[in-house]
Amino acid sequence: MSTATTEIKVPKEGLFSKKNKKLITDPLNDSNPITVQVLGICSALAITVQVQQAVMMSLSVIVVIMAGNVIISMLRNVIPDRIRIIVQLVVVAALVIIVNEVLKAFVPDISEKLSVFVGLIITNCILMGRLEAFALGNRPGPSLLDGLGNGLGYAWILLAVAVVREIFGSGAISFPGIGQIKFIPASFFEAGYMNNNLMILPPMALVVVGIIIWIQRSKNTKLVEKA
Amino acid sequence: MAFDKNSNGFTFTFAIIMVIVVGTLLALVSMGLKDKQNQNAENKKRMDILGAIKVEATRENAAQIFEQYVKEAYVINFEGNKVDGDISAFTVDIQKDYRDRELAEENKYFPVYKCEKDGKTLYVVPMVGKGLWGPIWGFIALESDYKTIFGAKFDHKSETPGLGAEINQPEFQKRFTEVYGQRIVDSSSKKYFEILKGGSVPVSKNQVDGITGGTITSKGVEEMINRTFIIYFNHFSGLQSVTN
Repeated sequence: MSTATTEIKVPKEGLFSKKNKKLITDPLNDSNPITVQVLGICSALAITVQVQQAVMMSLSVIVVIMAGNVIISMLRNVIPDRIRIIVQLVVVAALVIIVNEVLKAFVPDISEKLSVFVGLIITNCILMGRLEAFALGNRPGPSLLDGLGNGLGYAWILLAVAVVREIFGSGAISFPGIGQIKFIPASFFEAGYMNNNLMILPPMALVVVGIIIWIQRSKNTKLVEKA
Repeated sequence: MAFDKNSNGFTFTFAIIMVIVVGTLLALVSMGLKDKQNQNAENKKRMDILGAIKVEATRENAAQIFEQYVKEAYVINFEGNKVDGDISAFTVDIQKDYRDRELAEENKYFPVYKCEKDGKTLYVVPMVGKGLWGPIWGFIALESDYKTIFGAKFDHKSETPGLGAEINQPEFQKRFTEVYGQRIVDSSSKKYFEILKGGSVPVSKNQVDGITGGTITSKGVEEMINRTFIIYFNHFSGLQSVTN
């Protein structure tokens, strides 16, 4: 994407122009950070045992990736090339720490549930990827949307994996405040059905992500690499 | 551009400014929120202690309800003797003491919370230990026979969700009091308390089953209970001989 020309050609482009909308919709499918770019797999495997954790992780990533994108985008003309990765890392790390501190002070219950996951955001390659590939070359507005789009693209895969894993691994999905909602009827268990313990372990998340990629590519053939 | 953003001078200047700005910002945020975070942590501790004696509390009313139920809070030393003086039991950080290898046993203090609930006297014993990934901790409330478990509350820092992390769920904690009837911490047994493999049925009164797939965390809970009660049984046997 040639940034310089974008800026000169359409200086007054609306925030929700067709092209900018694509920034949000593209990562949901065609350039999904997890299933197509295969980034952020580590966290997708680690925290998809339960839906509520996946939701919280997704929300935190969306917030941090949007803020990080905007900050890097605003600084993009002064960041020296040689230390740009360090600058990105510092910005993301600082944001994550601030978010964590604020959560701890004002919503301690949520902060406890998130525990280590907030820290894990720093290591999420999607963030670094977006900062490096998009925010460094684009204006803050589009960068914000790009962050939102990629955050959402990350979120829906996480949710899909978490739903599958929690239903087959635990037989029920627990929601904060509501309690567990059973998806596998008790009669199944009486008939000898057992929760699949493998579903709770990370390897199964990889298989589930693989199946999602398979389904996505069979529907969206332009993603299939030419042999 | 009037300046060369890739010159050595600017690169260094940028890095230095960035570090100072970010460092100051983080320090300010941390200092500004410190009081509120400490307050949250204290209320959480009060809620956990109240949870062990099965009293529901929220962060808002924890301090008030704590006053109401906890009649006496004091510390004992590693021999189980009550320590007089002005050591506040609530502020003793047993987790820090536990991890501090330099600190000698005789310089550690162990808090006891004596509570009154519905005419019963309950002793809440705090404990810390090691899980699979990080620290675990808990509170066990004993009835006035110094062995029957009235309530148990456990929590962890970073155990695996769905596995070891289940120790902070009511499903696990109820095994100590409701599922198999009230369990006891048995000072006459070789192991005061035993956590069996997940799914097995306890045969004696000082056993519960652990979490399937969370074996190391379950064993951590067992180790924590046994290690802690060595000290507290010294104290309780002293109390018992006074009352008898």
